[in-house]
Amino acid sequence: MTSSDQNGQDWAVDVRDLTVAYREKPVLWDVDLQVPDGVLMAIVGPNGAGKTTLIKAILELVPSAAGSVLIHGQTYQKDRSRIAYVPQRGSVDWDFPTNVLDVVTMGMYGSLGWFRRPGSKERERALKALAEVGMESFADRQISQLSGGQQQRVFLARALVQDADVFLMDEPFQGVDATTERAIVDLLRSLRKRGKTVIVVHHDLQTVPEYFDQVLLLNVRRIAAGPVEEVFTEDNLRATYGGRVAFVSAVLARRDD
Amino acid sequence: MDLLVDLFNDYTLRTVALGAALLGISSGALGGFALLRRQSLLGDAISHAALPGIALAFLLTGSKSPLVLVLGAGVVGWFGSVLIAALTRRTPITYDTSLGILLSVFFGFGLVLLTFIQRMPNANQAGLDSFLFGQAAALMQRDIMVIVGIGSVVLLITVLFWKEFKLISFDPDVAQTLGFPVRALEHLLTALLVAAIVIGLQTVGVVLMSAMIIAPAAAARQWTDRLGVMIVLAAIIGAVSGVGGAVSSSLVPNLPTGPIIVVVASIIVLISLLFALRRGFVFRKVREWKSGRALRVDAVLVDLYTLASQHETAGYPHSERVLNVMSTMSGTARRTLKLLETLELARPIDAERWALTSEGEERARRVIDRQFGGRS
Amino acid sequence: MSASIEIQLIAVTVAVACALPGVYLVLRQLAMMSDAISHAILPGIVIAFFLTEDLGSPLLIVGAALAGVLTVALVEVLRKTGLLKEDAAIGIVFPALFSVGVILIARYAGDVHLDVDAVLLGELAFAPFDRLVVGILDIPKSLAVMGVILILNVVFITLFYKELKLATFDKALAASLGFAPAVIHYALMGLVSVTAVGAFDAVGSILVVALMVAPPAAAYMLTDRLRTMLVLSAALGIVSALSGYWMARMLDASIAGSMATMAGVVFGIVLAFAPDRGLVSMARRQSRQRRAFARDMLLIHLYHHEGLPEARRECREGHLQEHLQWDPEFASTAVKTALKQDLMISQEGFLSLTESGRQHAQHALVHI
Repeated sequence: MTSSDQNGQDWAVDVRDLTVAYREKPVLWDVDLQVPDGVLMAIVGPNGAGKTTLIKAILELVPSAAGSVLIHGQTYQKDRSRIAYVPQRGSVDWDFPTNVLDVVTMGMYGSLGWFRRPGSKERERALKALAEVGMESFADRQISQLSGGQQQRVFLARALVQDADVFLMDEPFQGVDATTERAIVDLLRSLRKRGKTVIVVHHDLQTVPEYFDQVLLLNVRRIAAGPVEEVFTEDNLRATYGGRVAFVSAVLARRDD
Repeated sequence: MDLLVDLFNDYTLRTVALGAALLGISSGALGGFALLRRQSLLGDAISHAALPGIALAFLLTGSKSPLVLVLGAGVVGWFGSVLIAALTRRTPITYDTSLGILLSVFFGFGLVLLTFIQRMPNANQAGLDSFLFGQAAALMQRDIMVIVGIGSVVLLITVLFWKEFKLISFDPDVAQTLGFPVRALEHLLTALLVAAIVIGLQTVGVVLMSAMIIAPAAAARQWTDRLGVMIVLAAIIGAVSGVGGAVSSSLVPNLPTGPIIVVVASIIVLISLLFALRRGFVFRKVREWKSGRALRVDAVLVDLYTLASQHETAGYPHSERVLNVMSTMSGTARRTLKLLETLELARPIDAERWALTSEGEERARRVIDRQFGGRS
Repeated sequence: MSASIEIQLIAVTVAVACALPGVYLVLRQLAMMSDAISHAILPGIVIAFFLTEDLGSPLLIVGAALAGVLTVALVEVLRKTGLLKEDAAIGIVFPALFSVGVILIARYAGDVHLDVDAVLLGELAFAPFDRLVVGILDIPKSLAVMGVILILNVVFITLFYKELKLATFDKALAASLGFAPAVIHYALMGLVSVTAVGAFDAVGSILVVALMVAPPAAAYMLTDRLRTMLVLSAALGIVSALSGYWMARMLDASIAGSMATMAGVVFGIVLAFAPDRGLVSMARRQSRQRRAFARDMLLIHLYHHEGLPEARRECREGHLQEHLQWDPEFASTAVKTALKQDLMISQEGFLSLTESGRQHAQHALVHI
């Protein structure tokens, strides 16, 4: 609770007392989270800790039992265009008959509004976003012919064209090749430079200190949140991952190398 | 040729063909979305569930006007689809079980109503049971008017909401975060599917209408990787099967319309699965065989080149036995060497020994560059 | 035996014979395979009929079983190409096969007793007229056929109970223990085909689906145990069949259709009133749990903010509505429940935990 009493500050993402339950079984309990502008934050925790649920609850994709979420001081419903969502790669059918450019263009459907079709302006923006993730030469590629890492980068490009301030990404590093991992890290840093806020569900504890400024340790409840150097400690990790102490020590040992 | 002349001159035949084409277009187009949203079997459930709607509409109004019957079928069919969604979402019953219960129970209830109607005194029920397997020959102008009217509304709405339907079919979660009312759009799309189904019931019948939803879409999917092209193709294939089936059933006695339409559509599916460019089975096999052959050729070329590089000239001959041991496809060197000879990449020196041509040498160097060059 | 009793006997036999394999279809999420198979066996029957020219030949059942297994195999082949999803494959295979059957009948067998309506709808009312006489035994033929199929089903399920169970609930384990799940799968589908063809003659293909899916689905609402589910499915199938028969008698309507309708009604009643999973008891439990859940959430919220500087703001009744985004009524129920159970006290709108409330919150935190 380092800063929840700073009422004046306009947090990029301000989550209070968020509780989510599936069929009365709680998945998130009373979670508070304040994320300032222009930081890269990782959400880590064991399987079933509610990481994905937290993101989906912020986006109102799952109903919450209690709590509130403000994005730059406003409710999400008021201005959806300020958040871009990068879902898990496996959440869609990649055999869908469409190409890369088309998927990226979908990110602009919301701002186009009803009935309007994307035109050359949208095409240009989509190509620019593809260039940013190193995929411009794949624009006409059918999406079923992409590798896992390429699929991930297409999803990132789709989020980029939304021109959002806040990015929520669900495991973008999951199962991607080294090139893609590099590309994502570069992208995250360039987003930070532009003052964007990025919240990433992350699995690989070892890379947390290297890639991120802040971290949320989550296991149904919030265990700790804040700058990585303050919060990413052995005690907190133990509290998050419970009995798997050996695993935690191994991570910390490698970190200290 | 005679058939074409008939088609233009014969009033009944023209009416039948037109009706079948139009319902083929709308069911093909909407079926495309159903296929992509993994709702292929929903059409089966909806068309069966529509049967009591037809009977109820007749019982309530006493009218056999096509518009009344289609409306009855539509309302009950849509109610069935809502029940399926509710069962799946709110109870432990799974999707496939919901479909099975809905289609059989509604259909059974429809039969009860139909037999009940049949046994009513003075009821002119004739024609209602043609809804089971469809009777294209009985189509009349007013039926066509209904098909045209509803079919064009369905297509118009599909075109209007094209971008939204594409988005919710591909990624409903992101659609929602972009601010679209996903649930409402899904209901709209299902309602359009119901409409496309019920206008086909009189021609194709409730039992087989589902095939008109799936088959054209499944065939079209094989030929293209673009959604727009796929939907247009599905509509064309739907129209072709519809016309082909309806016309042959009105020309040949004792040929029920629904089944023959389905057979035509199924043949188109089979052809598409086998011969579609890129995705089709045959092309894939050829491609696999070609790339396998290319791999073998490259492997033997590289082997020959490696052996020869231990001598002064790349053209230095080597025996087949050595190659057989070296090559990753051990034992198949002879076949590949013959191939190399026809491609003029290698030539036999005598019965046993082979050497690279200059062209083969060139290609071997390129292969090695490609395999190892990128990484060094 | 009167015709009425004979018809009811046939109906009961069909219902039980369908319900037993149906249990496995529902559990394995293959309910729509019953639809597919009951349609697709038609060409098998027709071709066997052309070969034997005898509608009573047992070869017809063999033909049907082969067509059923062919359906399953075709669906599998299509799915494995990766060009079609499984549901699309099912939806293409069975209408195609069924259409071929209907066309064959319409074109070449229009004048024999094999007509399209009977295939689809069945007509149980006529079943007693077609009799089998062996010695002093004189029973309707369909009763004999369905009796044999029922015995076959019972024997198969008893003999391979363990294997079926394992292949249904844990395919990977079944494979690793050396049972071939694929063999069990095809055997089950063969059984479904044989049952469908027997029932088909009496009640038509669509009713086969109703009797294979609805009673097992209803039984699934009532129990978790496979054995109980088998027994309950059979019992619910019997209830549907008998009530359907009497409904048909009263309305003078199709017996098969009435039985399907009653199968749906029975399912609906069970769905609503099943003791544990039923809609009514689920709604009741949900509202109870929602209250308990809200109380726990309130206590944990107070516990988290206890003694912290922001506590004076966070721990007010008004804050709950504003910040937890509870509607006022719901918040006041939670507060009332907690106050009544002496888990917290309220002083001028400021809420604080009692000792037992603190313990309760700690306990709730550990056990989530």
